Amino acid sequence: MIQNSFRKGLGDGTPIGLGYFSVSFAFGISAVAAGVPVWGAALISMTNVTSAGQFAGLSLMAAGASLAEQALTQFVINLRYALMSLSLSQKLDPAIGLLERLIMAFLNTDEVFAVASSQEGMVGRRYYYGLMIAPYLGWSAGTVLGAAAGSVLPAAARSALGIAIYGMFLAIIIPPAKKFPAVRRVLLLAVFLSCLIAWTPLSQVISSGFSIILCTLAAAGAGAWLFPREEAERQG
Amino acid sequence: MPDNFFLQVAVMAVVTYLIRAVPLALCRGRLQSRWLRDFLFYVPYAVLGAMTFPAVFSSTASPLSALCGVAAGIALAWMEKGLLTVAVAACAVVFIAERLL
Repeated sequence: MIQNSFRKGLGDGTPIGLGYFSVSFAFGISAVAAGVPVWGAALISMTNVTSAGQFAGLSLMAAGASLAEQALTQFVINLRYALMSLSLSQKLDPAIGLLERLIMAFLNTDEVFAVASSQEGMVGRRYYYGLMIAPYLGWSAGTVLGAAAGSVLPAAARSALGIAIYGMFLAIIIPPAKKFPAVRRVLLLAVFLSCLIAWTPLSQVISSGFSIILCTLAAAGAGAWLFPREEAERQG
Repeated sequence: MPDNFFLQVAVMAVVTYLIRAVPLALCRGRLQSRWLRDFLFYVPYAVLGAMTFPAVFSSTASPLSALCGVAAGIALAWMEKGLLTVAVAACAVVFIAERLL
């Protein structure tokens, strides 16, 4: 059986698009607070379509990171998509050729992947293309409106806006840290290592961008080694 | 905005896209290494944690106002509020703290 209804895809994608709107609205505000103009924020969102990666890229740019640090950080933070793409490759109608797979890969976000995976049987091209539309529109439009709103806010609000991006990070990491003790330990280890590097002479030799990579590899590596997950948990 | 803004965005977009495209285009099998699968699961939390702390304390006009914002953010995130709610509340608390303190 192949799910191949464009209308069904469009409908299933609509709630994702609405959800993306509020997240990318916050991204737009953050981008403007970091000194990126409205068109620049739109360019980032329309070419990347990934929340954590874009926020990370923004904070790295603000920190004056090198291109190599940017590339490595994007690689590490987005590596999870490789797993999702791997899984999606099993789910797509085998009749879908290479060129179309390359188009579909562009919008393989956490949520699009989750919805596509939840379909019964295989996923056809018409369904997937329908599914892509609302999330992309929501992500792009939210960014532009958020950046525009951020641009007209008074200067007194600029300092306060600087924390927006981190507020969002907290909203992403705290709930799973509350639920899973292993995630909590990995998170605390990463925070500890990051502060250790920043607040000691190590910061003289390790740039902030490279510090993030080191802390991630160490904390996630230790987590995978010390807290292997049970098969039942791997669905999450 | 950095001088090399376009290059930075290009690097972000290309790296992100390749990660999504290469496995979808080439691979058909499931990763055999459990360690690697677990590692990939933990990566987002580790990277966001390392990115937030201690950088957040220099993201506003003073570390003290940032501390107030972080406390509010953690509290609301603990109550599992949405991304925008937590972000806006953290900003509001920083704004108020900088007026009062």
